[in-house]
This record gives sequence, structure tokens and C-alpha cells, in this order.
Amino acid sequence: MTQQGVRWTADQVLALAPDATSRKAGSKLGAAGPWSEAGSADEGTVWGLCKGSGSKPYQTVIDIADASGPAYKCSCPSRKFPCKHVLGLLLLWAEGDGAVPSGSPPDWAEQWIRGRRQRAAEKWTAGASGTASGAGDPEAARRRAERRATRVTAGATELEQRLADLLRGGLAGAEQSGYGLWEETAARMVDAQAPGLAARVRELGAIPASGPGWPVRLLEECALLHLLDRGWLGRERLPADLADTVRSRIGLPASADGPPVRDRWLVLAQYDTADVKLTTRRIWLYGADSGRTALLLSYGAAGRAPELALPVGLVLEAEVSAYPGAGQLRAALGEQFAPPAPTAIRPPGVTTAEATARYGEALREDPWLDSVPVTLDRVVPTPDGDSWQLADADAETALPLTAAARARPGLWRLVALSGGAPVKVFGECGHRGFTPLTAWPQGAGEAVRLC
Amino acid sequence: MNGPSVPVDSHPVNPPAPGTWEELVTAALLGTDRRTPPGCEPGREAPVALLDAAAVETVRRRAGLRPTRAARRPRPAPADPRPALPAAAARRLAMLLADRPGAAGGGRRGTAPDLMELLPQWLATANDRGYAPPPQSLPTLLDAARGRTDLRPAALAFAGPRAVWLARLNPDWRFALRATPGGGASLPHLDDAAEVQQLWQEGLFAERVALLSAIRAREPGAARELLTTTWVTERAEDRLMFLDSLRTGLAPEDEPFLEQALADRSRNVRATAAELLSALPGSALAARMAARAGACVALDHTRTTPTISVEAPHQCDADMERDGVVANAPAGRGERSWWFGQLVEATPLSTWAGRLGGRTPGELVALPVTDDWQGELHAAWCRAAVRQRDAEWARALLGSPSAPEAGGPGAVSLAERAKLLGQLGPAERGEWVAGFIATHGLSEAFQLLGVCAVPWAPPLGRAVVDALNIARDAGSYPWSFSGVMGLAERCLDPAEASRLDGLLAVPDEPEDASPGAGGYWAEAFQRLVTTLRLRAAMIEELEVISPAGV
Repeated sequence: MTQQGVRWTADQVLALAPDATSRKAGSKLGAAGPWSEAGSADEGTVWGLCKGSGSKPYQTVIDIADASGPAYKCSCPSRKFPCKHVLGLLLLWAEGDGAVPSGSPPDWAEQWIRGRRQRAAEKWTAGASGTASGAGDPEAARRRAERRATRVTAGATELEQRLADLLRGGLAGAEQSGYGLWEETAARMVDAQAPGLAARVRELGAIPASGPGWPVRLLEECALLHLLDRGWLGRERLPADLADTVRSRIGLPASADGPPVRDRWLVLAQYDTADVKLTTRRIWLYGADSGRTALLLSYGAAGRAPELALPVGLVLEAEVSAYPGAGQLRAALGEQFAPPAPTAIRPPGVTTAEATARYGEALREDPWLDSVPVTLDRVVPTPDGDSWQLADADAETALPLTAAARARPGLWRLVALSGGAPVKVFGECGHRGFTPLTAWPQGAGEAVRLC
Repeated sequence: MNGPSVPVDSHPVNPPAPGTWEELVTAALLGTDRRTPPGCEPGREAPVALLDAAAVETVRRRAGLRPTRAARRPRPAPADPRPALPAAAARRLAMLLADRPGAAGGGRRGTAPDLMELLPQWLATANDRGYAPPPQSLPTLLDAARGRTDLRPAALAFAGPRAVWLARLNPDWRFALRATPGGGASLPHLDDAAEVQQLWQEGLFAERVALLSAIRAREPGAARELLTTTWVTERAEDRLMFLDSLRTGLAPEDEPFLEQALADRSRNVRATAAELLSALPGSALAARMAARAGACVALDHTRTTPTISVEAPHQCDADMERDGVVANAPAGRGERSWWFGQLVEATPLSTWAGRLGGRTPGELVALPVTDDWQGELHAAWCRAAVRQRDAEWARALLGSPSAPEAGGPGAVSLAERAKLLGQLGPAERGEWVAGFIATHGLSEAFQLLGVCAVPWAPPLGRAVVDALNIARDAGSYPWSFSGVMGLAERCLDPAEASRLDGLLAVPDEPEDASPGAGGYWAEAFQRLVTTLRLRAAMIEELEVISPAGV
């Protein structure tokens, strides 16, 4: 059997779309009409010509088997990535053999694919010896790192001073001083090259307006920021792992130099969060053989979807390397050995009590963790006044949903999927509550995206 | 939340006294200058000591989180016995539902099909095959039905019992409880007289209408009797709606009740009662109207060809008004012709053969009419044919589709013709419209096409395609025909797609054609073919019986 039999579902294709407009435009192009000379090859490539408004049709080609997730190229001028033509062609391909038959690629597609694969291969060989070449001038790199550390130290010291001033005058004053104070402090932290501190400071600014109970939340976050400052200033005395965690929380660059772990990685969830400048994509993976959970992060400039995209519910045979730091789940996707394929694998689940215990244990290694990835087994989405909770089917315990999760349409997909019966739910469990990301029905059935 | 402490990191802390956290928050809120936090020295180092203590407490509190108590779990949704949708069809549904109208704005349509427009057809087929939807699609399905009332009946039937269960949990979807018969309170078993009585006496208006319609559909007489029990106490608007539900299963047995309603206080109720009675050819009202109309119409034998002569009524008396004739003519219409039209409309059509020399409807329609009364008389006959669902008269009044007057603004307007077509069988309807299009083209055909059975029968489909082809060759722009194009996309038999292949290319532009029209036509035909293929695929996906499991 060739891997060509493995076509994605429309949902999985649409998950690649950078925004709702592209999703819609792509769906419209997911019909045979504008396409000609479309085809797909066994090694995981799809191509086609799409008639646009001009005289020359757009050339669209997709490499699904690429090591770093699907890669696309389209001759259209759109700045969306992937563009609607790529989405349309993939949808058409997802439908089956009729519109996109198997074949061998035409020259223009072949060229691009070959070029890409070659470059990828070069990168891998380069990557293997890259650590050596990257440290071409270890002395200079060390000096750079030292200079940066000095600036971060200055920033952390300044931040400590500001926190102390704040606590001396009282948090009640923070409500009046508003957002500006925090923005200015955040800018100082950016200058100090400590983006992790800057982001935390910016979040502090939003807390006084976040509704009842804000003093508690503000004190918590100030205290954890203080803890991070202290961690940095005293990093020489910390265990090496914890020091790495502090470095990554401060926002210093690190590389995924953990040993590559080859596994059948199930794509549990993929979702984007965006701020003014940056779109952050989080992809959760579950290793079917190792039982490990890994987080892939990918970034895109505002308005552009991050490049890495993996279809939820599929499994990919690949290598994954961890980033340093105690309790850090972040990893980088290495070589992919086969295109993503459908699977019946589901992650094993736990009860709500075990889920909270797991969060508690994770805090031991990384006290700044907001949540941990958990799969809950046999829970029933249950209305609880104005909010919702996931209640154990077999015990009188439940996890409340986070406020953000309650507002998302995914909640209703979850409730509909359950119909009052127990379901399996993957999500993030933390001090704010549980955020469901993916669910599986009680009986057979594929994973349902909730985010 | 101050659960049993979990040792955190390398800070071995003694379990703090209860209330420590609250004291820390208070101190932080007021500031260490005003309040010394517990266990700290006042002074310059107090804020730092407070932050230290708060950090330990925060992590301790978080690490000690426990699940909350479970609330009362919802009752499980009722089981849906229907087989699950085949996987391909489920994907198609997701795609159709993802195509929400609105964002597209006024843009050109291009060659891509309008997916939302295909949803009604998809739902009808899925309901026909008796499939159950994938549960996770219910929210978007309900949202779609919320935005488009025309989709609601089919969407809710397809959505099934779980959608009703779901709608109880989300106020946005409350319409599903109202719209589904038995959705909200669920209709009682219709044989359970006590429960029927209770719902009829105490139910909300919508529930009562649903109850009445349900009973009427099963046992018309019982529904009328139920209505009679409370008739005098109902409000006028409600009386009108209840009376309207008697339209289904209208029978001579309803006459006494309707006669009584002719004396109703509300004018609208009176008019509806009269309309219903006149649809019963054997009713006393129909006979009274026949007598009045008959007095106005006679056959004039003094001319060379027999001619119908009309003498419209000179007044509208109280009896006429009681029988539903509206005395005041709308602005711009003569009173006498207004009354005359109403009389003929309510007169059983079978009267006319006897009154006008035993002629068939066809012969009667062909007879000349004196003094410009033809328009008035024929229009009234049309309304009567529709009201009395008389196919023979409808056929006669429609005439031949290729007759020259069929295309122009003759005695019978397009809207009336569409209604008359509705009285014919589907095959005959399609053939008549095909003939009409072949003679008169597409510009007037939109309304008529709307009443034809879907998918269009082969002769009708061919006639439409040919006419589109002619319109293209004539050099106009395709958007002059966008209405018909849209209908063709939804109604043309997908099997016809292959016949359109020749039209997809961009033709050479003739001298007198509108600039660029050829390209736009090719695009429009491409969209048509794409849509037809999509519909064929849609139907095919729904045919597949899914194997067990996924």
C-alpha cells in the first residue's frame, strides 16, 4: 500500500488556514471548476493549475511530506500563507482520487520539490555539524552572551526596585495608575533584552481591569515575577536544570539540543494566539510509544500564519528534540519519516483529581507554569450556573473551565459531542481552570478540534 | 483552596497559619508603608519580604489545587436511532456550513460555487436518506438555521433529538424548541385526551398552534371540535391563526363551523372563513356566490360568434359583505369591477359550464368577452382555479406556452401564471415552462422556473441551457441572467453537466458583442458545471451506506 491512500480530512486542511477569510476563500476553490492538470504523487506532493482572474493560471504545489510540516508554493501574489489556492487544492485532494489523480509531477512542480528536498537534506547535514560551525568564534559568542547577561541583570534589578516601590505604596494605587506605567516598564525590559520579563510586566497591566478578585491575581503575578527576578539574580546557586528554566522564562534564546526522540507523534491540538506584533502557534504532540507530551512553538508576523502546521488527529513518524530546562515540554520537530497519517491512537487519560495533582507536581520543576497538558478520561461537560465544568463520570469531582474556554464556540462542539455522556478530553489544566482543546467521543470516532 | 501543603522546590516551609494569604493580600493592597505584612520587619525590606512570602504562598496554593465538586450533570441526550452520516458526506456538510454568507460582500462570483445555496438541497437529501448528523456539527447547523428561517424545518429535522437537547442549554438556539413540534414541552400523545386538553387549555400560543396542526393532520374533525371548545374566548389574532390551520384537510364537514365564523367580530377572521368556504364547492356560501356571479355573466347569442357579456353588480349589500366580499375597492379600481372579481373568484368553477352552454374550460376561456371585461373575468378565474386547485381550469387559463400573448403582459400576469402552474403535475409543469422558454426566452421565465420540480426534467433543462446559449450569442452580459443562472445551478439535473462542456471555452468575440462578455459567460458556465458536479458528488456521498466503524 502506498502512502497516497492517506488523504487528509477537510477539517485538517482548513486547520492550515491563516484566518477565517482564507478558510472561506479556500473552501470555494475546493471544487474541480477552476483547476486543471491537478495531481498528486506517492511521496506526498500535490500540484495543480488554478485559473485566476488573469490570463495565466497560478501554479500551486504542496509538499505534505516535508520534514518541517507541509510546505507550499503558489505563483499567486497573495501574502497570505498558505494562500487560498493551496487550501483549495488540498481540499480537492482531500475529497479523493476523482479530481486529483495520482501521477507524476509536471516539470514546474518537480523542479520546486526537488530543490526543496535538496536544500532540506543539506540543512540536515549542516545541522549535524552545525553546532561546531555555529560556534565559529566561541570567544565572541561568550562575550556577546556576557554583555546580554549584564543587561538582563540590570533590567531585573530595576524591575525588583519597581516591584518594591509598588508594594510599598500598595496595589490599590495600581488601579488608578492604569496601563501606562506597565507599558513603560515593559519597554524598559525590552531594552534590557529580557522579552520574558517584558511580556509578564505587560500582563500585569491588564489585571486591575480584569474584574473582581484582581488584587489577589495581581499579588500572585507580582510575586512570581519577583521569584523570576530572584531566580535570575541568583542563578549561579540554582541547580543547572532550574537555571535553564529561568533563562527560558526570562526569554533568552536556547536551542533544542536534547537527544532526538523518534516516535509516532499524535497531533493532539494546534491553536494560535495573537498579539499586536506576533502570532504564536502552539502544537501539542503525544508520543504513542514514549508516552511523552511535547509542545512545538511556531511564530508568524502579525497577519501571517506561522509556517509550521500539523493536522490534528493525525500521527506522524518523526524525531523531536527537547529544549533545555526543568519541566519544559517545548521541543523542536526534527526529521519526519512519513507524511501524517490517520490513526486510531488516543492518548491515555486520567481523572480530574489526577490532573490537578499533575499540575501541582509540575510546579515543583517550574513554579511559573500556568497549566500542564492533560488528557481527561470519562468526563461529562456539565453546566454549573453561568459557567461550565468537566465532571468525572465516576466520581463527584470536576474541573471548572477557564473563562476563555467558556466563550469559545469549541465549548458547544464539546457539549454536542458528549450529549451528556462521558468523553475523553485533551486540554490544558492549571490554576485558572481547564481549557479543552480536543475531544474524542465515547465510541469510535475521530478527534474533534475544540480550539 | 488552602489544601494540604505540597513541599515546593527547595523551600521547606512550615504550614502557615490559616489566613496568612489573606493578610498578605491586605498588606499588598494597602502598601507596606501602611501595613506591615505578617512575619516581617517593618522598614525598607518589608516589600521584598512580602513578595518572598507571597511567592511561596502562590506556588503553594497552586500546587495544592484540588478539583471542585461536580454540579448536577445534564440528563443524557435521547438516542438518535438513525445511521451515522458517511464520512465523505460529513466532510461535505462541514464545508457547506463553513461557507457563511456576508463576508463575500459585493464581489464578483467567479467560477466557485455558492455553497450556502446548496445546503437546502443537501439537507433535503440527507433527511430523505434518514441519516443522523455528526454531533460536533450540531452547533454550526443550529447557527445556520438561526440565521436563515427558511432552512429551519429541514435543518432541525436533520439535527434530530440531540439538537433539541442542546438548544435547552444555549439561549441562542431557543428557536429550535419553538420550531420543532414537540421540541420544548414535547407534544403529548395525541390519543391521551386529558393531556391534549391540558395543553390546549394552558399551553403557549405556539404550542397550541403546533398541537392543533398535529391533530388536524391526523384527524381533521377532532381538531375542529377542539377549536370549537374555546373558540369564543380566543383573541382575534389567535382566532385567525387557528382558523388558518384548518386549511389542511378542509372538508364539507367544516362548513357549519365556518358559516358561524362568517359572523365573527373580526373582519380578517370573516374574510378567511369566507375564503375557506368558497374552496368547498358544495358549501352554501359557494352556492350563494355562484348565484350572484351567475347573475352578472351571460352568453350573448345575438352576435355572430357567441360572446360573454358582463354586467357587474351595482351595489355591495350586507349579505355580500357577510359572505366575505370587501366593499371598499382599493384606490384606482372601479367599485363594480372590484365586487365582480370577488364574486367570480369565490364561485365554484364547475358552475360556469352549466351557465355558459355546457362548454369545457378550454372553450370558455377562448370565448370573446364584451366591453374589455376579459381581463377582469380571466383574472378572477385564475384566482378561483388556484383556490379550488382545479388543474383543468389552470391548464385552460395558461393556454399554449408558445402563444404570443403568453409572453406579454396579457390577461394573466406572470405571478398568476406561476400559481396556475402550481396546480399542474410536475411533468406537465416542466413541459409548459420548457415550451414557454423556447418561444419567449429567459427574461420572463424566472418566476415560472421557481415553481418547477427539482431537479428539472430533461426537456426543461435543455430548454434553459439552449436559451442561455442563445443569450450568450446575442452578446449580452451574463449578469442580466444571474437569477436564472443561480436557479440552474441549484435545479438543473447534474446529469446534464456533460452537455455543457462545449460552453466552457471563451468564444471569439463578435463585433457587436459587449466587451469581455465571452469571458464572463465562460466563467458563469464554469461555475454552473462546477456546481452541478458538486451536487452530483453530494448526492452520491449520501447514497453510500457507511461500513460499521470508521
